[in-house]
Amino acid sequence: MNVIIENFPLYVDGLLRTLQICAYGFVGSLVLGTILGAFRVSPVAPLRWVGTAWVTVFRNCPLTIVLFFCAFGLPEVGINGLYFWFGVTGLVLYTSAFVCEAVRSGINSVSPGQAEAARAVGLNFGQSLSSVIMPQAVRTVIPPLGSVIIAMIKNSAIVGAFGVGGDLFAVGQGLASAQGKAALPVLTGVALGYLVITIPGGLLLGILERKVAIAR
Amino acid sequence: MSTAEAAPPMIRASAVNKHFGDLHVLKDINIEVPRGQVVIVLGPSGSGKSTLCRAINRLEPIDSGEIAIDGKPLPAEGKALAALRADVGMVFQQFNLFAHKTILDNVTLGPVKVRKQSQADARKTAMELLERVGIANQAAKYPAQLSGGQQQRAAIARALAMKPKVMLFDEPTSALDPEMVQEVLDTMIGLADEGMTMVVVSHEMGFARRAAHRVLFMSDGEIVEDADPDEFFTAPKSERAKDFLSKILTH
Ligand SMILES: Nc1ncnc2c1ncn2[C@@H]1O[C@H](COP(=O)(O)OP(=O)(O)OP(=O)(O)O)[C@@H](O)[C@H]1O
Ligand SMILES: [Mg+2]
Repeated sequence: MNVIIENFPLYVDGLLRTLQICAYGFVGSLVLGTILGAFRVSPVAPLRWVGTAWVTVFRNCPLTIVLFFCAFGLPEVGINGLYFWFGVTGLVLYTSAFVCEAVRSGINSVSPGQAEAARAVGLNFGQSLSSVIMPQAVRTVIPPLGSVIIAMIKNSAIVGAFGVGGDLFAVGQGLASAQGKAALPVLTGVALGYLVITIPGGLLLGILERKVAIAR
Repeated sequence: MSTAEAAPPMIRASAVNKHFGDLHVLKDINIEVPRGQVVIVLGPSGSGKSTLCRAINRLEPIDSGEIAIDGKPLPAEGKALAALRADVGMVFQQFNLFAHKTILDNVTLGPVKVRKQSQADARKTAMELLERVGIANQAAKYPAQLSGGQQQRAAIARALAMKPKVMLFDEPTSALDPEMVQEVLDTMIGLADEGMTMVVVSHEMGFARRAAHRVLFMSDGEIVEDADPDEFFTAPKSERAKDFLSKILTH
């Protein structure tokens, strides 16, 4: 286990890098996924099609393929930038499809009478979504959303492995293969690093869940 | 003075047809409801009463024909429709109060979001309305904390807050315990007496006799009788209405 202690600063850097990827991924996929979720229940058919197509493509493609297309496809069409941003983009595209489905199922869990009453009062689609439906959907959205976000944190390892570099997973890779350290202790350190993010994340979600459950 | 005659009817439905798949639920409906009239809609289950109500504020789109409110034809989905809907208040069997909002916030939401009133103005009007329907002391509670009768009165206040030209009621007392029916009917009678144009789907004979100016009897998607309440209840013309009345009056 000495390897963890000796390389502790390296691990901390990796943890921070992973946190950074996850933070961008979280905000990006939450925003995009919510918009797509709204698309899927919108009265405008083309928006519904976009939402459905998005989910069908990104939920059914392996993340590695999505990342591949981002890293090599985006430069092809003239979009250049850091690998880091390609990685984050791929993670957001992929995760947003799952967020979208969580949001949509939350919206569907709200009784149709609520949307009807909102329309009858004269609210338009956007107003009834934001003032009536979404606040009630949150309660059912949070548990599946939590699983999606935890999966995203773990998926960030694939982003790291894809060459973004510097994240927890890449640190482990570097120590084990480049420096020839014993793989098991090195990876134990990596695993602990992820647990440091995901376990408090899960606890936070639990608190949030209880909070929205009472707020009624 | 011919202004009254010149004014368009509050509700006009011309040649309205509506299908659910193969089922023809509204068959060539033609009605005119003048300003201030209280119309009771009766008919057996499945005859299309709810669908008619919902078509009047286009919660349910129609296949053909035209529905106009105060002379303005209902537009297709969009901004103009939302605006017109705000002129038509609707009260549902299941109340459908916004579950995550207090009673007061239920009543102010529409005026603030749709009519762009200030919070303060909306609250003032809302409290007056809640006072009028007798539940001002419940304003800070959530819908689930109220009895059915109180919830329905809150729903009426919510609809009235939009200052609608027409009020639609779809079986407003059917989901209520018997002891709460009267408080809701009293509220509705009050509205009728003030001259509100109302379309009420209800089998409450007491309300019909006390407040209704007109009865529409529907069966299988058609308006079979369009009559004066006294006339309808004492001497229905059609076999279908006689049959229907014999059933509900024995209950
Ligand atoms: N969304 C829908 N999809 C398919 N069929 C429907 C739908 N809504 C209503 N119907 C059918 O249309 C017919 C008329 O329904 P409607 O609800 O207008 O009847 P109603 O007179 O209000 O009956 P009730 O007294 O039971 O409320 C019924 O046969 C019903 O099953
Ligand atoms: Mg009905």
